[in-house]
Amino acid sequence: MKRVLEGSHAAAEAVRLARVKVISAFPITPQTHIVEKLSEFCSNGSMDAKFIKVESEHSALAAVIGSQSTGVRSFTATSSQGLALMHELLHWTSGARLPVVMVEVNRALAPGWNIWTDQTDSLSQRDTGWIQLYCETGQEVLDTTLMAYKLAEAVFLPVMVVLDAFFLSHTYEPVDVPEQESADKFLPDFEPAFSLDIRNAYTLNQLATPDVYMEMRYDMHLAMEDAKNRMADIENEFSKIFGRKYLPVEPFRCDDAETVFVTSGTITSTCRQLVNDLRKKGERVGLLKIKMFRPFPVKEVCNCLKNIKQVAVIDRNFSFGAGGIFAQEVRAALYGFINPAPCVMGFVCGLGGRDVTIETLTTIYKKAKNREAGQMESVWIDLKK
Amino acid sequence: MRENLKEKELVYSGHLACAGCGAVIAMRFFLNTLGKDTVMVIPACCWSIIAGPYPKSSLKIPVIHTAFETGGAMATGVRAGLDMKNDTKTTVVVWAGDGGTFDIGFQALSGAVERDENFIYVCYDNEAYMNTGVQRSSSTPYGAWTTTTPGEDWKKLRKKNIMGVLAAHRISYAATASIAYPEDLIYKIKKAKSIKGARFLHIFASCPTGWKMASELSVKIARMAVQTNIFPLYEIENGTKYSINFKPKNYNVKEYFMLQGRFKHLKQEHFEKIQEMVDDDWRLLCKKAS
Ligand SMILES: Cc1ncc(C[n+]2csc(CCOP(=O)(O)OP(=O)(O)O)c2C)c(N)n1
Ligand code: SF4
Ligand SMILES: [Mg+2]
Repeated sequence: MKRVLEGSHAAAEAVRLARVKVISAFPITPQTHIVEKLSEFCSNGSMDAKFIKVESEHSALAAVIGSQSTGVRSFTATSSQGLALMHELLHWTSGARLPVVMVEVNRALAPGWNIWTDQTDSLSQRDTGWIQLYCETGQEVLDTTLMAYKLAEAVFLPVMVVLDAFFLSHTYEPVDVPEQESADKFLPDFEPAFSLDIRNAYTLNQLATPDVYMEMRYDMHLAMEDAKNRMADIENEFSKIFGRKYLPVEPFRCDDAETVFVTSGTITSTCRQLVNDLRKKGERVGLLKIKMFRPFPVKEVCNCLKNIKQVAVIDRNFSFGAGGIFAQEVRAALYGFINPAPCVMGFVCGLGGRDVTIETLTTIYKKAKNREAGQMESVWIDLKK
Repeated sequence: MRENLKEKELVYSGHLACAGCGAVIAMRFFLNTLGKDTVMVIPACCWSIIAGPYPKSSLKIPVIHTAFETGGAMATGVRAGLDMKNDTKTTVVVWAGDGGTFDIGFQALSGAVERDENFIYVCYDNEAYMNTGVQRSSSTPYGAWTTTTPGEDWKKLRKKNIMGVLAAHRISYAATASIAYPEDLIYKIKKAKSIKGARFLHIFASCPTGWKMASELSVKIARMAVQTNIFPLYEIENGTKYSINFKPKNYNVKEYFMLQGRFKHLKQEHFEKIQEMVDDDWRLLCKKAS
């Protein structure tokens, strides 16, 4: 049924539909609406789940690791400082091979205090062994969260569903909320491969010597690689039932393009508009939306960008001493695969929630088309004097 | 009371502890009393090693190892998961060192006790971070040498009163116990098992390696700690009802200190000061129990 929902509530609806059994979370703006809605679901009986109200995000993820280890579907949600506080346990979750799903709302990191959107929080967790999926719309948040459980449980790795603060978390849009019956058909009960149970005295997460540690990590690597294929199957299955599909990357009007934007999150919607406007003026421009950041869809990115002259990567994030993070990843993906490689230019904008408007993107387009940016550094857009 | 705990042995020989390790004695009494329907959460501590490397285990029960500071939170999640599976038979236990309890894990423990989570939290107290090579903790007593309180910088601060802190949470049941008083320890384990909600056992567990003493002294030293009132045996119900389980005849603390290398730098004036602190603590405890 179509309902008008904010992104946060779209996430909460998906968690309800996934029949999650244990939720643990700690409030932080702009994630609060997700946990408030879930508290409501748990207390009014819409969900048969236990919501553990812990004293920190650190304990939230620890509790979720504990519950998931007993073999029940578990969930947490956080943002920014909360995600940073969870860092050690992010590694624990993936290393323990637990299919936990987290919704993470992109928010800037302090200091200074800033509650607005910025991707540096989730991107600085890129090496923790979590699958990361970035969303553009409320519908995509709901659908991705449902698919996230299926993916996590297929490869035994945790999944982070990422959405922009306010622009998505607090924005109301029409969202098709599936019936429980079709959600169940898509996502049946979880069957754990192992669990803490007195009938079977497993030891989990124990001491791993140099003799075995490396193989354990290699298995995680294989699972991460496998996630790409699994996600394709899961999307097919999802689209059969619900008629919607997203793909790890989505090319938009790229076919005869000379210049292509690379975007993620809600900037994508603004950029679609600009691409349409520019196309009307005869500009050969397109857009590549990256949804799956871990595992990075190297093949798909190469395929889409192989005949492109200029690539303008938009980064609402920054890695000090290196540059925009998506730009680095795109360059690394292209290197050695495509000869001659397109000219990849990185543009940093919208940090700490600053608006990224059609004008911002037009400035970037001009610079990219005329190759006014170097390939080694990121160009900061809309900086004040 | 006679108990044949060996018959119910849940700890394998061939574990990785040092000779004379009090933490292993504590585990054997505890597990063999509690029984096999137990899931154990072990945050980083000596027991992360003692329990054995993959794919072996020195414990015959399901165990989940976890990050140093997460005992209380991890057990909360494990309990919640088991509850959602309608498993009411299993007892969930946290088995943590003093560092994982008094210090880095304190927030998670305090949170869990405030929520009255249904599990038993055991702190085996060896009065320092032993796993990482004998560094001071807030449980290290006044007067002790550790590798981070070396030479003349021996610890000149009191041991944190963790029982008092937990009593302030109005925890259903908290008790101190010692590896040197098995009957008392077993009685407390059984009592803890019979209660629902958050329960805490603070077990004094000597560490020959970190305390610089002969391994055969483990139990003797633990007994002396009780007899000198350095580590009194008592229980607290609902955070208010104190009962003292053992009233010693005022032994002098000095002999206890003389047997341990970690105190060898102490002089008569220090013993006198420590004696005063111990007497003071004991008076306070007696007052609470009266
Ligand atoms: C976050 C974190 N910091 C530090 C460590 C290193 N570390 C592991 S065990 C330990 C000390 C444990 O002390 P305690 O809890 O008293 O147990 P014991 O080793 O004495 O048995 C330390 C410092 C760690 N594992 N994790
Ligand atoms: S260092 Fe101490 S506590 Fe750790 S295993 Fe050795 S004796 Fe036991
Ligand atoms: Mg210790």
